[in-house]
Amino acid sequence: MKASEQAPLDVEAIREDFPILEREVADGKGLVYLDNAATAQTPDQVVDVIADYYRTYNANVHRGIHQLSQEASVAYEDAHDRVAEFVGADGREEMVFTKNTTESENLVAGAWGLNELGPGDEVVLTEMEHHASLVTWQQVAKRTGAEVKYIPVDEDGYLDMDAAAELITDDTQLVNAVHVSNTLGTVNPVADLADLAHDHDALFFVDGAQAAPTRPVDVEAMDADFYAFSGHKMLGPTGIGCLYGKRHLLEEMEPHLYGGMMINRVTFEESTWADLPWKYEAGTPVIAQGIALAAAVDYLDDVGMERIQAHEEHLTEYAYEQLDADDVDILGPPGDDRGAVVSFNVDGIHAHDLSTILNDHGVAIRAGDHCTQPLHQKLGIPASTRASFYLYNTKEEVDALVEGVEAAREIFH
Amino acid sequence: MSMGSDMYRQQILDHYRNPRNHGELGDPTFSHEGYNPSCGDELEFDVVLEDDGETIERVAFRGEGCAISQASASMLSQELPGMTLDEVADLDRDDVLELLGVEVTPMRIKCAVLAEKVVQDGARIYEGEADVDQTTTED
Ligand SMILES: Cc1ncc(COP(=O)(O)O)c(C=O)c1O
Repeated sequence: MKASEQAPLDVEAIREDFPILEREVADGKGLVYLDNAATAQTPDQVVDVIADYYRTYNANVHRGIHQLSQEASVAYEDAHDRVAEFVGADGREEMVFTKNTTESENLVAGAWGLNELGPGDEVVLTEMEHHASLVTWQQVAKRTGAEVKYIPVDEDGYLDMDAAAELITDDTQLVNAVHVSNTLGTVNPVADLADLAHDHDALFFVDGAQAAPTRPVDVEAMDADFYAFSGHKMLGPTGIGCLYGKRHLLEEMEPHLYGGMMINRVTFEESTWADLPWKYEAGTPVIAQGIALAAAVDYLDDVGMERIQAHEEHLTEYAYEQLDADDVDILGPPGDDRGAVVSFNVDGIHAHDLSTILNDHGVAIRAGDHCTQPLHQKLGIPASTRASFYLYNTKEEVDALVEGVEAAREIFH
Repeated sequence: MSMGSDMYRQQILDHYRNPRNHGELGDPTFSHEGYNPSCGDELEFDVVLEDDGETIERVAFRGEGCAISQASASMLSQELPGMTLDEVADLDRDDVLELLGVEVTPMRIKCAVLAEKVVQDGARIYEGEADVDQTTTED
């Protein structure tokens, strides 16, 4: 079924699970939270799971023999299975818990990139990459002598796939692309990019930070070798990220961090590594966060990812139409073809000034470069204002955004 | 309207739209630039000193950024002529905020103080007391 054919969400019922949405800001204005691409709010069901962990079975998961440790271990291990299932991975062995998307990128950079890359090798990114991948691969290139190349973004905010086909060659060792751009809202053709990469025996790494929260994801169907995302953007807590990796790659790669938990057998001379995924989770891991992320994923699946996507597409298209005006420059593709992100600039009003005025209306948005400085440089703008939507947002909240923009016009024009 | 919007009093908007001393000086005694990563604001100041080598005769600036950063640069540029470099070094954020004459919300303080920091760093480099490439509000 197409996302747009899904039954609508019962947003009012959903909002009851998020008491934070009831709070007031800016001298008594109701909060209009449109900064979901930065971090999403957390429903009571997830907060309860965190509280329950600390209240009733908080223990380390070092395979302890006492009961609390067993309970925590089982819940933590099951959480890997649950999150793996959520993105179409084949079991916990393919699902590493990290701190966030950034750490997932760095894990592959450290465990694979620093070991495998050398002069003559190329890593192909897109011009719309988040600093999480862009800066990381720049550093790997510096240290290994490899080269970073960028697939250009065209005027409408789409990847130039003809250029991609030329840039990706037998020298390419890895292609890294955002699934959904956090600045442009562009939904990239990840399966096509995977084909291009694999045609040249390169690995394909997808930054799913904006996609995993907002649409059904199937890592096997898109044939990603790695897929990274963050718990805090998908109703989970901060401090948990995920790295999906194909089992054979995670098996072949060397660990990135060493120490406790990630070992099998240790002597004074040498050590062997734990089974997947624990090999990549050195030290006391993100126990409460991981268990809570599984609860967040339950919540999302109960609502239905297709329905969430459809809701966001409606809101995004509506926002695009409402914001579209002669003095407004909306970045990226047209309103009916994008993720739940609308970045824009209003003539003569800097994004941060606009953000300050919107804040007075209770409207929380992001202003700045959204961790895509090179893309902003290419577009010739220092900053932009970004509204981003999630399952609990309403049309009325989009209207509040538009009213805030109008108020800013009155002050500045 | 409350809080943040109060920052956009007529005076600020006027300086933002019609910045004073905007542009370049032909033969500056020193120039220095800086930026505010949180907003992407950029400012570059040219300063000409009087023959005594310590009193500011003229300044000009150019830049891009939010209203607060650009208005504070414009306002500061009117205050600087006649000040000595020692007096410039003694300026602090309260002086700038007083100049702006509005309550600046905490998230926007960096925008407000960028101009002051750029001029201060420029003077310190000129006097051989500092060695910074570009000033940022993050330090
Ligand atoms: C596309 C994209 N990649 C990576 C990240 C980094 O996520 P995190 O800060 O959780 O590591 C973000 C979030 O800002 C993002 O939007």
